[in-house]
Amino acid sequence: MTDRTDKYMGQALKRKEDPRFITGAGQYTDDFVLPGMLHAAMVRSPYAHARITGIDKSSVEGMPGVVAVLTGEDVAAAGAGPIPVGWLLPDLKVPPHHAVAQGEVNHVGDIVAVVVAETRAQAEDAAGLLAVDYEALPSVALGSAALGEGSPQVHDDVPGNVAFRWEIGDETALNEAFNRAHKTVKVKLRNHRLVPNAIEPRASLAQFSPASGEYLLYTTSQNPHIHRLILAAFVLNIPEHKLRVISPDVGGGFGSKIFQYQEEVAVLLASRLLGKPVKWAARRSESFVSDMQGRDHESEAELAVDAEGRMLGLRVNTVANLGAYLTLFAPAVPTYLYGTLLNGVYKFPAVHAKVTGVVTNTVPVDAYRGAGRPEATYLIERTVDVMAHELGMDPAEFRRINFIQPDEFPYQTPVALVYDSGNYEPALDMALDMMKYPDLRAEQERRKGTNKILGIGVISYLEACGLAPSALVGQLGAQAGQWESSLVRVHPTGKVELYTGSHSHGQGHETAFPQIAADELQIPIEDIDLIHGDTGRMPYGWGTYGSRSAAVGGSALKMALQKITAKARKIAAHLLEASEEDVEHADGVFRVKGAPGQQKTFFDVALMAHLAHSLPDGMEPGLEATAFYDPKNFVYPFGTHVAVVEIDTDTGVVKLRNYGCVDDCGPLINPLIAEGQVHGGIAQGAGQALWEDAAYDEEGNFLAGTFMEYAVPRADDLPNFQTDHTVTPSPHNPLGVKGIGEAGTIASTAAVANAVMDALWHECRIAHLDMPYTSEKVWRAIREARQGAGMGQAADD
Amino acid sequence: MNVTVTVNGKAHTRDVEPRTLLVHFLREDLGLTGTHVGCDTSQCGACTVHLNGDAVKSCTVLAVQADGMEVTTIEGLGTAADLHPLQAGFWEKHGLQCGFCTPGMIMSAAELLRHDPDPSEATIRHHLEGNYCRCTGYHNIVLAVQHAAAAMREREAGQAADD
Ligand code: FES
Ligand code: FES
Repeated sequence: MTDRTDKYMGQALKRKEDPRFITGAGQYTDDFVLPGMLHAAMVRSPYAHARITGIDKSSVEGMPGVVAVLTGEDVAAAGAGPIPVGWLLPDLKVPPHHAVAQGEVNHVGDIVAVVVAETRAQAEDAAGLLAVDYEALPSVALGSAALGEGSPQVHDDVPGNVAFRWEIGDETALNEAFNRAHKTVKVKLRNHRLVPNAIEPRASLAQFSPASGEYLLYTTSQNPHIHRLILAAFVLNIPEHKLRVISPDVGGGFGSKIFQYQEEVAVLLASRLLGKPVKWAARRSESFVSDMQGRDHESEAELAVDAEGRMLGLRVNTVANLGAYLTLFAPAVPTYLYGTLLNGVYKFPAVHAKVTGVVTNTVPVDAYRGAGRPEATYLIERTVDVMAHELGMDPAEFRRINFIQPDEFPYQTPVALVYDSGNYEPALDMALDMMKYPDLRAEQERRKGTNKILGIGVISYLEACGLAPSALVGQLGAQAGQWESSLVRVHPTGKVELYTGSHSHGQGHETAFPQIAADELQIPIEDIDLIHGDTGRMPYGWGTYGSRSAAVGGSALKMALQKITAKARKIAAHLLEASEEDVEHADGVFRVKGAPGQQKTFFDVALMAHLAHSLPDGMEPGLEATAFYDPKNFVYPFGTHVAVVEIDTDTGVVKLRNYGCVDDCGPLINPLIAEGQVHGGIAQGAGQALWEDAAYDEEGNFLAGTFMEYAVPRADDLPNFQTDHTVTPSPHNPLGVKGIGEAGTIASTAAVANAVMDALWHECRIAHLDMPYTSEKVWRAIREARQGAGMGQAADD
Repeated sequence: MNVTVTVNGKAHTRDVEPRTLLVHFLREDLGLTGTHVGCDTSQCGACTVHLNGDAVKSCTVLAVQADGMEVTTIEGLGTAADLHPLQAGFWEKHGLQCGFCTPGMIMSAAELLRHDPDPSEATIRHHLEGNYCRCTGYHNIVLAVQHAAAAMREREAGQAADD
């Protein structure tokens, strides 16, 4: 055993998992091959809304390699139930969501049939030729349009296309606040729809063993236990221990791999019916019309301030487009993960929000990186900037005078949450310093009227993550617990395996979790490995989403480790014939205080725990512990992000020139990993502001079905990012940690949008445009505004 | 159709359907799963390999087109025990998260460094625009490539001094 001197927590260690990824030895779902494996291809609806009037299986039966065609009828005959919703609201209308459409398709990409063949190419060939008759039905794509008088009905059992109406906050108090207002602004905002686009497309490989009645499913999942629970208990109707879900290396998720999808049901059923393993792997074009999409809000926001610029109230009215079906967390995202965050970092006496959840003939919408919180942040921070501009105040100063102060925590907001801890001003100051804010404003002034104008977007965000406590979320409608588990298994040699219910799909858990353990156990990190992503090996857990892994999963680990060290200390004391209080645990050994020669290593203790030749009276052998941690509250990371854009007024091209941020997610376990998470998050959020758009036409035809039409940020589009952090620990979890996985995305959309609008306000008094800020949109807006103000270049016209 | 392709120094002969793409030949026929498929429009670059020394997207090349040619995949670039400087650079600078884009990214960067041992940040960003990464925001990928370039230049200089 090598000596360890450093503390591991807080070190920017290189990741333990990387050697396999950089050498091509990662094992992703599509890399697995099982003997006799067949391949499935999905036949997907080309219609946004249609009745299926006939499927002629004979059109492909007999084609090379084709083994079977499964339709909705076959799936129903096999006894598979619809995919359930995981979060219920009062009076929620839930249309049935079948693995394979039964009689009616409700969005482009909805699965009509499954073709199974010996090779993937054969399955795809046949899927392309299967004869399906449709009768097209009227369809609708935009949330507000679906609410309109006489709009097409998406589902007969969802009258008026309203799945739910939800509100939060005190409307009377808000109206009173508005009556006292010195100034109000009203902004209409569209938070457009996105496709998460993890670079690894989804895939599933199922194997049913008739002899044991057991199922094995390899799948691209962020939370294998949730998949097991839903598939076993609700869809297949089998005991959950008969289904083992393995989620091996997963190539990014960003929320899109949380949910229970149709294809997983399809391959499991196909494997059972055909007695062979069946694999499906998505083409990217399938990902575009079958991965859950994100955002898609149409909102009206009104902000009121008093004569000093102090915020009095925020009124929000949002139409949330849920798509064709309600998926796992869909009802929670635009309600509890959005409405409760509308207070932001400000001292609002009153906030009131109404949300209408609407079904349309589009791909379902569910959690995408940040889930509700980016939508809230964008709405607040955009509206705050519009007000600052109207007041003629510096946007950063306007924020500063409205911050909740550090001595006001825990802070009860008017929209249900109690913020645990925070200190917003230092993050703002550091971010402004970092970016040399006064210089930027001076440069902006200098560039006014030129063809390269500058915009500066400053936003201060707050997010809630580490969803909690289970009893509370249960009251709010969650059909899931929100705790996490961890098992620590010490082997006789002192080598350690950690098992967690959370899941790593890029977040570096195989390094960060051992960092926590190495410090607690005082042993080298090389002796510790993390196991995750396999329901056959781990205790129960709820997986990774909502930046919960460190705060909730890490806390469970810490508790299990504490049980280990408590027992190890007892064993050491026994071996050293000392009292427990006299035994110190440091630098890898247990020592008797004041007797330097008297010591036992972690290895000695682990070995004796297993040999059990000499243990304290009544102690069980072994050195293993499990802990379940149910958080007491959410954790509330925060920070300030600053984006700087340059706009070419001749072409409308927006260039993100600089980006800097200061985030506070409590103590960092591994700064390298935390920073990487922030970088990736910024890119995705900036992507929404500037390029990404999951566009539909009015009828629900999808207009962005490949990377040709849907622009994700490329290396060339982005600058280097400047990052820094402050540290305000959470008072209520054993590590003090918060979460950082989504912060970048939550903040950057608003920061980049504010930067673009800041440029356009300074230049030509445009108060608001909706994202994404394509060159054409920006160019037209500038041109019209300049013309309107008599600044048009007459020669142009 | 019979094709013979030398992959990572070893010749493989297989009977393939004419439409088989090189990426599927590598992954399915040879079991070299380090080369990934991230799209079907030749945009993401996850499938990048070297074909007779040039970086290509192996999802746009037919296996039969590679007949008689030399292919290098990520598995042939370096091993865990003997990492290529780019592999070491990506590890050192945290140039990967989920790792799915990484093999293609590294293969693409390797071509850049062969032509330009000291690329600027702008050159690196421009060269990698055909490789999508959804996790890292590219910041650390740029640092990783710069780190590797410096290491390779140093190695070259060391070798030159030795000669
Ligand atoms: S798979 Fe080849 S470019 Fe995407
Ligand atoms: S590391 Fe995940 S896509 Fe690049």
